[in-house]
Amino acid sequence: MKPYLTLAATMATTLLALALPAAASPEPSDWQAVLDEAEGQTVYWNAWGGDTRTNRYIAWVADEMQRRVGVEVRHVKLDDTGSAVSRVLAEKQAGNDNEGSVDLIWINGENFAAMRERDLLFGPFAESLPNFALTYPDDNPEVVTDFTLPTDGYESPWGKAQITFYYDSAYTQNPPRSMDALLDWAEENPGEFTYPRIPDFTGSTFLKQALIELSEEDDALYQPVSESDFDAVTKPLWTYLDALHPHLWRSGRSFPDSGPALRTLMSDGELSLAFSFYPSEAAVAVREYQLPESVRSYVLEGGTLGNVHFVAIPYNSPHKAGAMALANFLLSPEAQAQKQSLDMWGDRTVLDVNRLDEEDKARFEQGDTHPAELPADALSQTLPEPHPSWMTALQDAWRERYGTR
Amino acid sequence: MLRLAPWLLIAVLVVPVGAGLATLVMPAFGVHPGLGATTFTLAPWQALLAWPGIAQSALLSLSTGLIAPLIALTVVILFLAANQGTRLDRALHRLVSPLLAIPHAAVAFGLAFLIAPSGLLARIISPGVTGWERPPDWLIVNDPWGVALIAGLVLKEVPFLLLMSLAVLPQLSPERRIELARSLGYTPSLAWLKTVLPALYPLIRLPIYAVIAYSSSVVDMALILGPTRPPTLSVAVLSWFNDPDFSRRLMASAGALLQLGVTLSALILWWLGEQLVKPFGKRWLLNGQRTQGRRVWAAAGRVGLTLTTVTALLAMVGLGLFSLAGYWHFPDALPASFTLEHWQRAFSSLTLPLTNTLVIGVAATLIALVLVVACLENEVQRQLHPKHALWLLYLPLLVPQVAFLFGVVVAAESLGLRPQRSLVIAAHLLFVVPYLYLSLAEAYRRLDPHWMQVAHSLGASKWRAFWRVRVPLLLAPLLTACAVGLSVSISQYLPTLLLGAGRVPTVTTEAVALASGGNRRLIGVWALLQALLPFIGFALALLIPRLLRAKRNPRRGVS
Repeated sequence: MKPYLTLAATMATTLLALALPAAASPEPSDWQAVLDEAEGQTVYWNAWGGDTRTNRYIAWVADEMQRRVGVEVRHVKLDDTGSAVSRVLAEKQAGNDNEGSVDLIWINGENFAAMRERDLLFGPFAESLPNFALTYPDDNPEVVTDFTLPTDGYESPWGKAQITFYYDSAYTQNPPRSMDALLDWAEENPGEFTYPRIPDFTGSTFLKQALIELSEEDDALYQPVSESDFDAVTKPLWTYLDALHPHLWRSGRSFPDSGPALRTLMSDGELSLAFSFYPSEAAVAVREYQLPESVRSYVLEGGTLGNVHFVAIPYNSPHKAGAMALANFLLSPEAQAQKQSLDMWGDRTVLDVNRLDEEDKARFEQGDTHPAELPADALSQTLPEPHPSWMTALQDAWRERYGTR
Repeated sequence: MLRLAPWLLIAVLVVPVGAGLATLVMPAFGVHPGLGATTFTLAPWQALLAWPGIAQSALLSLSTGLIAPLIALTVVILFLAANQGTRLDRALHRLVSPLLAIPHAAVAFGLAFLIAPSGLLARIISPGVTGWERPPDWLIVNDPWGVALIAGLVLKEVPFLLLMSLAVLPQLSPERRIELARSLGYTPSLAWLKTVLPALYPLIRLPIYAVIAYSSSVVDMALILGPTRPPTLSVAVLSWFNDPDFSRRLMASAGALLQLGVTLSALILWWLGEQLVKPFGKRWLLNGQRTQGRRVWAAAGRVGLTLTTVTALLAMVGLGLFSLAGYWHFPDALPASFTLEHWQRAFSSLTLPLTNTLVIGVAATLIALVLVVACLENEVQRQLHPKHALWLLYLPLLVPQVAFLFGVVVAAESLGLRPQRSLVIAAHLLFVVPYLYLSLAEAYRRLDPHWMQVAHSLGASKWRAFWRVRVPLLLAPLLTACAVGLSVSISQYLPTLLLGAGRVPTVTTEAVALASGGNRRLIGVWALLQALLPFIGFALALLIPRLLRAKRNPRRGVS
C-alpha cells in the first residue's frame, strides 16, 4: 500500500467534489452539517440478500432512517458482494467518479482490501460517527482491524461473526471438538460432514481454521503470505485434507457451493455435522423449520475464527452524507440490540455492551434461550483472521490440488 | 418509414452487443485503465490457459451445448412423427406453453430437489422400497459429466423447440404429405419422418442454433445443476468477474472471449454434423423402407415427451410442497406440518419487484412487438425475401451473455447512461426482440396475401387493411409471440442486475438473491412466483382470441 497515493486520491476526490456540488463530499467531522445534507437523500445500500431475516432487519432500519433523519434507504439485494465491487470498478473504468450507483456496501476481508488498494473507498469517516465511540476501539481492536489490515476509518463496524459448529443429536452424540478429532469422527461417520467449495467465504474460513490449528507457525499467518514459506507452513493442512476428503460427503468428489448449502444438506438429513459463520444460525434455522429440534451448537476447544463485518462508502457515491448517517444509526444501541435479537436477526453486536448506560444495556438482554443456541460464554475464545493474502493463496493452492478431479 | 424498420431493428440489437464485445477485447490483452494497466500483453491469456481445469471447463461447455439440443430435438421430432393428431398429442400441446413459461432457474431448482438422493423421488419410495433411513451418499446433482445439467436444459428446450415446430408446421401441409406417402405404403411415423421432417428442419434451424448457443453458455442452470470440479466455462468466467482479486478481471475478459469461441465452435460442429448427415439422410429417405421399426418410433415418441413433461411438472410440485412445508424429515413423503409463513413473508416485500417486473416486461414486449411487426410488414408489403442481414437479429442469442454484458455496463457508464429502469428495458429488448421475431415471423409471412388484396380492392387504405384485416386474423400468433416475449423478459437475470446496478429489483433478481441463502422453502415461493407471471401471460394469449371469437360468432378466425 502506498499511503501518499491514497492521500492524493482522497484529495483529488475532495477537489472534484467541491467543483461539482451534486456530489459534494461532506466533511465527516462536522456532524450536524452531515445530517443537514443527508436529509432527503436516497441511500442505495448494497448488501447480500440471501437471508430473509437480514432483509427484514434492513427493512426495519430503512423505516427508522426515514422517520428519524429523513433519509430514504433502499436495500440492493446482492447474491454476491463481489458484483457490487465489480460495479464500482466498472464505473471507475468508465470515468464515472461522482455519480456512482453504490452508496453503502456491506463488506469485509478480501473485498475491503481490494477496494482500498484501488482507492475505491471514501474516507476516513468511521471515527467521526458519533456512535463509533461506543465500540471502544482502544480496548476492542477487532472493530478497527479487518483481516489484520487497519481499517483507517474507511469502513465502520456493523456486526460480529464466529465459526460455530452444529450437529444433529439424533444422529451423533459426541461431535468432534478439534480438527484431529474431526478426522477421526469423519472416518467413523463417512459422508456426514463436508465444507463449502473454495473460493466460498465459509469454505475458505474452514481452511484457515484448520491451518491455524494444524500449523506450528501461527505468527506467519498474520503477516503477508509473501514473507513466509507458504509450502512449508501449509504442508500439515494438505496432509490433513488428503486424509479427510475420502471420508467427506460424496467422498469429497463434490462440495456444496456455499455456507447456506451446508444447512440445506443438514436439513435433508445428508449431513450430521456442519458449521456456520453465524453463531445463532442453527437456532434461527430450527425456528424457521429448516433444521430439526434435535440440533445443538458448539465451538471447538481451542476457539474458532471470528471476524467483524463492516459497512463502507464507495469513493463515487453521490449520497455520502446519507450513507454516513446510516452507518451511524447502525451503531446506535437501539439498532445493534434489534440486530442481536433472535426474533429479528441474531447477529452479534460490535458495541462494548458492559460500558453502555443502564437503559441501553437493558436493550441487549434476551428473553428465553433456544436449546439449539450456544451457551452465552461459548464465544470467549475468538481467533483473529489471518492476513487477507493468506486467503487468496490458500484458495489458489486448494484449486490447484482439488479444483479438478 | 417502414423501410427503415429492419435497419432500426438490427441497430438496436447489434450496437450494444458490438460495444460490449469491443469493451472486453482491450482488458483481455492487458489494457484496463480502471486498474491502471496500460500495456498490451498476452498475460491474461497465459493466466487463463494455466488455470486448473480450464480445458475441462471449456470441453464441458462444448459438450453440454451439443448434447442437450440433440436430445431435445430428437424428443420433439419423434413425438411429432409418432403422434400426429392423437389425443395425447392434443393434451401435450396444451401443456407446452405453461412449461415454456417456467423460468430456467425455477426448473433447475425443482429438478435438483426431485432427483437428489434426499429429493422428492427418494422420499416417496423410502424407506418402503429402498430401506433408506438416511439419504444414500450418491453424486447425482452436480455430477462431473454434466448429466444433471443436460437433463435440466432438455426440460426447457423441448417445449421451446416443440412450440417453434408447431408454429411453422401448418405451412408445410403435413397431412397432404403424409397422405401421399401412406398411399405408397409408408407407416404414418415413417411417412412423417421421410416427407415432413426434411422440409421442417430448415425452418426450425435458427431456433436450434439459439438453443445450442444458450446451452453452451448457460449460467443460472449450470450454477444449480452443473459440475463443480471444475465448473462449466461460463460459471468460471462469472466468478472471475466477481473475484475480489482485481487482476482476475483481465483473465475474466479473456475467458469471456474464450466462451464466445466455445459457443461458435459448438455451432460450427453442429453445422458440420448437418453436412455429414445430409448424404446419409438422403440415402435413408430413398431406401424404400416403409414399415421399418414402426412400433419403436411410436413408443419412443410418446415416452420422450411424456417423460420430460411429467418430470417438469413433478419438479414444480416439489417446489410447491416446499413453499408450504414446515420441518420435513428425510424419508417422509410429506412435510410434518404445513405453513403459509413463507408466502406471507414474500408478500410483504413483493410490491416493488412485481411492479418493476410488469412494467419492464410489458414495455420491452410492446416496443419489441412494434419493431418486429414494422419489420415484417415492410417485408410483406414490398414482397421482399427475408433479408440475409436479419440473421444479425439473433446475435444477442448467439453471443453468450457473460461475453458482452459486462462490456455493455462499461460502455453505458462511459456514455453517462446511469442505471435505471429504462436502461434495463433496453437491455431486455436485446433478448425479447429475437425471441418475439422467432415466434411471429413464420405466421406473419404465411398469411394468405389475398386477404389483404381483397381489403384493398374494397377501398381500404394500407393502414386500415392492416388494422381491420391483418391484426384480427393474426391475433392468436401475435398474442402468443407477446407471451413468449414477456416470459423471456421476466426470466432475465444478468441484464437486469448489471444494467440496473441492482437498483431495479424484479421478481427474478429477488429470487436469485434469496436463492444464494439456500433456504429451499423461500426458493420454492419465489420460483413459483417467477413462473406464475409468464403463465398468466400465456393463459391470456390463449383466452383473448377465444373470447373475441365467441363475441363475433359465427365468423371464425384463420388458424
